[in-house]
Amino acid sequence: MKILVTVKEVATVEDEFEIDGTEIADQYLGADLNEWDDYAVEEAVQLQEAGVADEVVTVTIGPEDCEQTIRQALAKGADRAVRVWDDSLEGVDLLDVNAKTEILSAVVEEEDPDLVLTGVQAGDDSFGATGVALAEEIGYQWGAVVNHLEHEFDGDTASVRRELEGGVEELTDIELPAALTIQTGINEPRYASLRGIRQAQRKELDVKSLADLGVDESAVDSDLELTDMYEPESESDVTVWEGSADETAAELGELLRDKGVAQ
Amino acid sequence: MSDVLAVTDHRRGDLRDVSYEIITAGRQLADDTGGDLHLAVISGPVDNFAEKLNREGVDAIHTVSHGEEFNHDVYTQTITQLYDELAPQYILTPNSVNGLDYAPAVANELDLPVVTDTIDLSANGETLTATREMYGGKVETTNELEGDAVVTIRGAEWPTAEGTGDAAVEAFDADIDEDAIGSTVNGFEEVGGGDVDISEADVLVSVGRGIEEEDNLELIHDLADALDATVSSSRPIVDNGWLPKNRQVGQSGKVVTPDVYIAIGISGAVQHVAGMKGSDTIVAINTDPNAPIMDIADYAIHDDLFDVVPALTDQFQ
Ligand SMILES: Cc1cc2nc3c(=O)[nH]c(=O)nc-3n(C[C@H](O)[C@H](O)[C@H](O)COP(=O)(O)OP(=O)(O)OC[C@H]3O[C@@H](n4cnc5c(N)ncnc54)[C@H](O)[C@@H]3O)c2cc1C
Repeated sequence: MKILVTVKEVATVEDEFEIDGTEIADQYLGADLNEWDDYAVEEAVQLQEAGVADEVVTVTIGPEDCEQTIRQALAKGADRAVRVWDDSLEGVDLLDVNAKTEILSAVVEEEDPDLVLTGVQAGDDSFGATGVALAEEIGYQWGAVVNHLEHEFDGDTASVRRELEGGVEELTDIELPAALTIQTGINEPRYASLRGIRQAQRKELDVKSLADLGVDESAVDSDLELTDMYEPESESDVTVWEGSADETAAELGELLRDKGVAQ
Repeated sequence: MSDVLAVTDHRRGDLRDVSYEIITAGRQLADDTGGDLHLAVISGPVDNFAEKLNREGVDAIHTVSHGEEFNHDVYTQTITQLYDELAPQYILTPNSVNGLDYAPAVANELDLPVVTDTIDLSANGETLTATREMYGGKVETTNELEGDAVVTIRGAEWPTAEGTGDAAVEAFDADIDEDAIGSTVNGFEEVGGGDVDISEADVLVSVGRGIEEEDNLELIHDLADALDATVSSSRPIVDNGWLPKNRQVGQSGKVVTPDVYIAIGISGAVQHVAGMKGSDTIVAINTDPNAPIMDIADYAIHDDLFDVVPALTDQFQ
């Protein structure tokens, strides 16, 4: 079985930041492997270790800078990586779901995997829609918010659990080929070992343009236009205790005693 | 004049709250577009559901009787057929786990843009303006799109619709292609029984990713012991296996309503807040003065938990 995992480098934001137009100013941003994708990579690698998968390939839409993040996934055990980038993607504020779907589906068609794993959502734009839209586009079956995948496959069927709200899980069988959006907690993502990090440097990282994939440049024209970004107006009337840790802890202690806690 | 088609959510024979909220959101949008609000009620005891959903502001309810529970293929096929029949401008769905299991597919099938997890919506002519959050709630954004769209709404952002309506209830004759159904739901399971029921606790000492390492949890247990309180947590602590699932507060965990909720190193992501906003008094200990938890906290300490928590514990020992 071949598994394709979508890997996104997401922007992380410092505690204090400033907004510049419709973006957070660069100096307040960091970059990291999307938390949900980390679990998706781990699940794929575990399937490979269990002898279920023969090959694990990652796919990323992103500029050269994000190769460090892709190498993280390779260091954890993915076999090779595809990175899609194009000048036409430079300076796009927000790549919407349709654009991602069109680009990723071209990669799926080339790679022809049996299973596509994506994160439930990306920690930055949090659309939570790409995996399911992609499945529909390529004619795969799908399951959203999967927090357990049986490693024994019954023929062409994946048995999963979908995590619903309120501590309820749905037990579902999904025919392959399929795309699953992976929820955190499905496994314990490993840290990349030193050996893994060294090996990752030698793994194939293929860069493709939209033209290489036969995708028209118009695919990146998002339907959705980001028109404003601002810090949410706080409606809170929070009482903030100031002072040293001892002083603030004393204030909190007093409140707790007032409330009848631990008397 | 353009219509809005809103899809309702249910599970195990009960409508979920968001089904009444989406009536309010849908009505507002339909007022903006000058059109009608249609509801889709798919699977389960649809006639019973339709009766309950027939509230003020609903113009028509389309029921599709097909199986007891949610199946994304049935939803996707039905909604695309309803779109073809009714030609609404907007399809609204809950941003629930099930909503996310069909809304993107419907959008893709119909070649429409999809905008998820919206917290505010308005329409003006062909233009939809949607408000949503990014970076885990650190910023809010407005987004515009032209023409028809699929939009998912966040739960608990719109009030539930009240009053009785006089909507026309009609069975919609959806043509379901059974061969195209590629997934089967075999059942449901409740998770996280276990040692304690955090939803019964009067005082919760709740810990999040700010605690950094499993060994540091001792600080939290010490505080809980000193206060005679119960320990709960945000999701990452449970994902890491540091506490059992029955301690998780939030959308996919437990809803808690203690007298006092002390959120330690928890940012206050929407899925966490969904589980604890009903607490009487909320105290946040967090180094980030702008963390979303501050919006719902009654009291806050903007400082390092590794300094504050031991100092607090000391007072009660
Ligand atoms: C479908 C779905 C369902 C989900 N269900 C749930 C759910 O039920 N419950 C839930 O909790 N989450 C849930 N989540 C995850 C949620 O989106 C957040 O990722 C999670 O709540 C974040 O947990 P956190 O606040 O502990 O961590 P973070 O967001 O990483 O926040 C850590 C906080 O600690 C602070 N901090 C760091 N160091 C210190 C220090 N030394 N002293 C004081 N403060 C410090 C930081 O400033 C930050 O605010 C769900 C997500 C999805 C997509």
